[in-house]
Amino acid sequence: MHELPIIESILNIVLKHAQTNNARKVISVHMEIGKLSELEDDWLQRYFDYLSKGTIAEGAKLKIERTPIMMQCDACSVSYEVEMSQMGNLLCPACGTNRGKLLSGKNYYIKSMEVQ
Amino acid sequence: MAGVRLIDVKEEILADNTKQAAAIREDLRRKKTMLVNLMSSPGSGKTSLILRTLDALKGSIKTGVIEADIESTVDAEKVAARGIPAIQLRTGGFCHLDATMVTQGLNALTEHDLDLIIIENVGNLVCPAEFDTGAHKNVMILSVPEGDDKPLKYPLMFSICDLLFINKVDYLALSDFDMSALRQRVLSLNPRIVILEVSCKTGEGIEAWISWLKGEIDAFRQNK
Ligand SMILES: Nc1nc2c(ncn2[C@@H]2O[C@H](COP(=O)(O)OP(=O)(O)OP(=O)(O)O)[C@@H](O)[C@H]2O)c(=O)[nH]1
Ligand SMILES: [Mg+2]
Ligand SMILES: [Zn+2]
Repeated sequence: MHELPIIESILNIVLKHAQTNNARKVISVHMEIGKLSELEDDWLQRYFDYLSKGTIAEGAKLKIERTPIMMQCDACSVSYEVEMSQMGNLLCPACGTNRGKLLSGKNYYIKSMEVQ
Repeated sequence: MAGVRLIDVKEEILADNTKQAAAIREDLRRKKTMLVNLMSSPGSGKTSLILRTLDALKGSIKTGVIEADIESTVDAEKVAARGIPAIQLRTGGFCHLDATMVTQGLNALTEHDLDLIIIENVGNLVCPAEFDTGAHKNVMILSVPEGDDKPLKYPLMFSICDLLFINKVDYLALSDFDMSALRQRVLSLNPRIVILEVSCKTGEGIEAWISWLKGEIDAFRQNK
């Protein structure tokens, strides 16, 4: 799994913003991660704790919001939400077509952070 | 707590990789070198398929290979034994290749002025799906012994690929692999994916792959 490179990027972005905002400490980081991501919140936090040791982000809490998986129907172009468990078994709620294209669900995004 | 402030960040976490991948695609487009990223679980047949492909393209398409292996160099050695330029990238335990690692591989291949470069990604159906390598085409292998339920477990990989090989079809008779259920599951996630049934052992289906590949290379050269 690739927690490490993801967390490295997160930490770099967090430290950059902390610096430009003259923060002394990072309290929390608010992120959006798509439901298609296999990365677990607990593990992300653990890796973050590990990599952030000795930086001003040490001890910061990752607040992760899981954003929906959206598909677009191949027939009628309606977009609709699905859960991971339904992905092999799609059905457009508008027209019943079972084919669609992935619109979103694999994003990794930092919205904001709390600093002191 | 005293003096806590909320500040906006609004950044994509993988933005650096996405940018680097786009730069690779652009650069190779200028050089007219098509980059194909091959992904699968360990042992599905990536190296076998690459060797079949090299044999079929010999003399017509100048091809190079970027091998990603966690530790060993066995796959790169097999390719190099064909007289093909091959670069082994040490992924140092990483579970996927990212655009920066691919750039290193490409730099090492530049002098060969190639028409096609194939990346054998790290054997894994999860992580490589999340990191854009800069490839123009993403292809994957599912082999019969892995089972027809894999699109249910790894939907992202199946939804980002342009072509899916069902490899080891020589095992079909011995297994309960349900080809039509598999096709249904995959097409539901990715209606435009091309599905090819192949056997790297018998050579079945390889011709269809080569003709798809040559068609894509032609289209790429004409900038379509
Ligand atoms: N029966 C049969 N065996 C195959 C076929 N394709 C590959 N194999 C065998 O499967 C094994 C693994 O094949 P590789 O080509 O090394 O697979 P890989 O995906 O490169 O493996 P890693 O690089 O270790 O992830 C080898 O013993 C191959 O000979 C096939 O179509 N049929
Ligand atoms: Mg291999
Ligand atoms: Zn529909």
